Amino acid sequence: MPPRNIQLNEQGRLRHFLTVEGFKRQMLIDILDTAESLSGVVDRSVKKVPLLRGKTIVNLFFEPSTRTRTTFELAAKRLSADVLNINIAVSATTKGESLLDTLYNLQAMHCDMFVVRHAESGAAHFIANHVAPHISVVNAGDGRHAHPTQAMLDMFTIRRVKGDFYPLTVAIVGDIANSRVARSQIHALTTLGVNEVRVIGPKTLIPPAVESLGVHVYHDMSEGLRDTDVVIMLRLQNERMQGELLPSEHEYYQLYGLTEARLAVAKPDAIVMHPGPINRGVEIESSVADGPRSVILEQVTHGIAVRMAVMSMCLGQGMEGGQG
Amino acid sequence: MTQLDIDHTLASMTTALQAKMSALGASKPAMIGIHSGGVWVAERLHQALALEEPLGHLDISFYRDDFTRIGINPQVKPSHLPFDVDDRHIILVDDVLHTGRTIRAAMNEIFDYGRPATITLAVLIDRGDRELPIEANIIGRRMTLAAGQNVKLQGPEPLSLVIADKQQ
Repeated sequence: MPPRNIQLNEQGRLRHFLTVEGFKRQMLIDILDTAESLSGVVDRSVKKVPLLRGKTIVNLFFEPSTRTRTTFELAAKRLSADVLNINIAVSATTKGESLLDTLYNLQAMHCDMFVVRHAESGAAHFIANHVAPHISVVNAGDGRHAHPTQAMLDMFTIRRVKGDFYPLTVAIVGDIANSRVARSQIHALTTLGVNEVRVIGPKTLIPPAVESLGVHVYHDMSEGLRDTDVVIMLRLQNERMQGELLPSEHEYYQLYGLTEARLAVAKPDAIVMHPGPINRGVEIESSVADGPRSVILEQVTHGIAVRMAVMSMCLGQGMEGGQG
Repeated sequence: MTQLDIDHTLASMTTALQAKMSALGASKPAMIGIHSGGVWVAERLHQALALEEPLGHLDISFYRDDFTRIGINPQVKPSHLPFDVDDRHIILVDDVLHTGRTIRAAMNEIFDYGRPATITLAVLIDRGDRELPIEANIIGRRMTLAAGQNVKLQGPEPLSLVIADKQQ
C-alpha cells in the first residue's frame, strides 16, 4: 500500500496544506469553490464569519514577508480565529533544534494551526511530521520548494477571469529555478489540466529536466508569449541569487522584461499576473503592471479568500456528513 | 402531503403573512429563504405576496454549530441579501423547523448584515423536537414523526415532501 499523503486525514480530507503536488484535481477544485463561497464575506457590514471561533492560529515566519503574512492574518481574522504573529530570525546552525523547541512551546499553548514560512525547503513538512495530531500546518513558502496558497490564489484568479482551465495556454516567465511560486504553479496548472504550461527564461534560471513536470521550455520571449492566455511574471529574486547567473538587471529587462510591445504577441484578452512584490523596470514595465490586462491587485484580494478556504478546510476536517 | 396540499398550505401561509405584516405596520417587508428548501418555499411566498425587492438567499454553513465535526462543504452557495437589512421587517423562510439550530445560525448571520426591525419566521413544516427556545410565527403544517424519521422537501419544481428513515 502506498504511504498516505500526509496532507490528508484518514477520511481523505485536508489536514495540512504543504504542497500542491500529490493532490487530485477535485481537491484543488474544492479549495477554489470554498474560496469562492467565502469571498462574499467582505461585502457585508460585518466582514467576519464565526467558522473558526475559538481556534488559535500561529503565523510562524522564519523569513520576512508582508503581503503573505498580512493576508494570512486577515484570512484568519475573517474566520474569527485568534491570531498570533511570530517572526523569528533563525540562525542556520541551530535551526533544526530551535525549530522543534519553538514548535513544542507553541503546542503547549494550545494552538490549532501553524502557518509556516521558512527559508529552508521542507521546513513545513518537517513541522507537520512533528506536530500533535490535532494541529494543522499550512506552508506559506519553504525555500525553493513550494508556496501552495500563492499557487491556489493564482488559480482562483485565472478561473475568475477565464472561467475554465482546459483551453488555456499559460506562460511563467523569469527565475523558474529559484522560485517556489513557479514550482507550485506548475503543479497546480498541470493538475487542473490546462492545455499547455510554458516556462520562459535564460538557461541559467531554468532548472534542468523541468520538462518532466509537463512544461515546455522557451528561452525567447516573443516565441514563448505567442498566443498565450495567461502570462505570469516572477520576481527576480536578488536575495536568492548567489553567483553570476545574470549579466545585469538591465540586460535581463532587455531580454525578459514584460513590455507592452512584447505582450502584443499574446492573445488580445491575455491577462498578466505577478505574485509580488514587483520590481518595476526589472521584470515588468510599469505601464503593463498598472495596465488593463494586469490582475496583480486582484491576486492580492483573492489571496485572502483562498487562505480562508484552506484554513477552514484544514480545521474543519470532520468525519460525519449529516445535517444537524 | 400532495402537490395540492402544498399549494393549499402555501396559500394559507400567504394569508397569515399578510395579516402579520399589516399588524406590524410593515408595508415593505424583505424576504430571506434558507438554502435550499427554504429558498424554494420562499420563492412561492415571495411571488404570492408580490414583494418588490428580490428574494435574499442565506446559506448558514459558515454559522453552523457543528462545523468542527462535519467540516466544510465546498458547494456552499454564498449568502446573498440584495437589500439593506437595517431597520427592515424581515420574513425568514425555511422548509422544516426541527431542532431550531438552523434558525439560530440564520439569525446570527442576518445580524452580521445589519440590525433588522423585526424577524418573522415562516416554515412549511414544524416537526417539533426543538433543542433551542425558537418558535415560528407562521406554520404551514405541524407534523409528528417517529423517532429516527426525517422529513425533507424536494424541489424546486414540483415541491414534494419525503419522509424517510434517517441514515446511520
